[in-house]
Amino acid sequence: MGVFYGRIEKLDTGFMAEYFPLYVEAAKLTFRLGMTGILISLVIGVVCSLAGYYHVPVLRQIAVVYVELSRNTPLLVQLFFLYFGLPKIGVMLSSEGCAVIGLSFLGGSYMAEALRSGLEAVEKGQMESALAIGLNRFQVMRYVIFPQALATSVPPLCANVIFLIKETSVFSVVALADLMYVAKDLIGLYYQTDEALLMLVISYLVLLLPISVAAGLIERRLRYAGFGD
Amino acid sequence: MEGQEKLLEIHHLHKDYGNGAVLKDVSLDIHKGEVLVLIGPSGCGKSTFLRCMNGLEQIQSGEIRLDKEVITDPKTKWSEVRQKIGMVFQSYELFPHMTVINNILLGPLKVQKKEKKEAEKEAEQLLERVGLLDKKDAYPRQLSGGQKQRVAIVRALIMKPEILLFDEVTAALDPEMVREVLDVMLELAKEGSTMVIVTHEMQFARAVADRIVFLDGGEIVEMSAPEQFFTQPETERAKRFLDTLSFE
Repeated sequence: MGVFYGRIEKLDTGFMAEYFPLYVEAAKLTFRLGMTGILISLVIGVVCSLAGYYHVPVLRQIAVVYVELSRNTPLLVQLFFLYFGLPKIGVMLSSEGCAVIGLSFLGGSYMAEALRSGLEAVEKGQMESALAIGLNRFQVMRYVIFPQALATSVPPLCANVIFLIKETSVFSVVALADLMYVAKDLIGLYYQTDEALLMLVISYLVLLLPISVAAGLIERRLRYAGFGD
Repeated sequence: MEGQEKLLEIHHLHKDYGNGAVLKDVSLDIHKGEVLVLIGPSGCGKSTFLRCMNGLEQIQSGEIRLDKEVITDPKTKWSEVRQKIGMVFQSYELFPHMTVINNILLGPLKVQKKEKKEAEKEAEQLLERVGLLDKKDAYPRQLSGGQKQRVAIVRALIMKPEILLFDEVTAALDPEMVREVLDVMLELAKEGSTMVIVTHEMQFARAVADRIVFLDGGEIVEMSAPEQFFTQPETERAKRFLDTLSFE
């Protein structure tokens, strides 16, 4: 009974060395687009969560619809829509444009939800005591509410950052030479599946482990419970 | 009090949460240097009344004037008014992400745009006065309830308000810490600060008040000097309220 059909062979290190630079380039692209998308996500998240917090009419309803739409459709589908759908109504976007917009569209709702929970966790009395010393509404948010909300939201925000970087692995569908694309390309061209996939895994780890470690450090420093401990 | 300058004038204040009136046609003048204590059964509207005075609650009708100026206008700049009307809360509401000194300095630096050095000196003097200078770099969670409340008082004082509102500031404290907070308030009263105090500490009310205002069912039922109020209350409702507080 042969359950295991694969052959264990020696890795072709020569092949790996030769194509390693492709992965470096792809990792840079993944990182650049990922970070851009994450930054825009954060901005969208701040706007949406504040719209909800302040019960801003219209904007708040838009945010609710957006969050549901964004969280309940896969990034792959969102990218297809941007890349193949929009040109049908005359909107042409570059591959990178699609990737960044798609990632931001997806990430914005996750960031919004993370921040919303943080904002809701801030005691109601904080707003009143901040108003009572004469701060205006913007200052209350800037100095009192938001820092506390952010501290509570750090763990989910960090998880979102890692999640979004991983989501970049579907960028290849809009013809971007990201990590996934390079690996699939090499497999298709040379059938060096083991080497190509091993390098792919390592690339993602190299990209994500430092972020993960940094997130852990930030969490420990910023955690609400940490003030004064 | 007669002849004294009126600092805060409240005329025909009406407050409604939508399911019945909380304050019904309440009128009251508070004079400069006066210590006014609001007492009454729970839910009688005394905290709400206090919160109306600095705009934390919106009123449905009536008028409040501070230094003769109407502050219940829709155009009121509350951030300016609130610098003149300080407030201390039952649950302290210190900012947990800031050290004691930064809690105190937030108002002077961001609202009054004072110079940091100068503000810091003032903050330290005030902390010294309430015996907490050594805690200036501590975070609120490292303080006891009584210490937190004294910091909260300093945070209100540093804005140099014309009037101070105290909303049941000892209600959340352990009994042994009540005194340290009341002592600070007594001292402020002696110095001539204008204060409006909501409290359940009757002995303290008697000792500190120039006038007692007894609220029940959203109305001012009785208003008199403390000695008179506690020994010979005029109204039946006040008598009943005072009776519930004694064990005789």
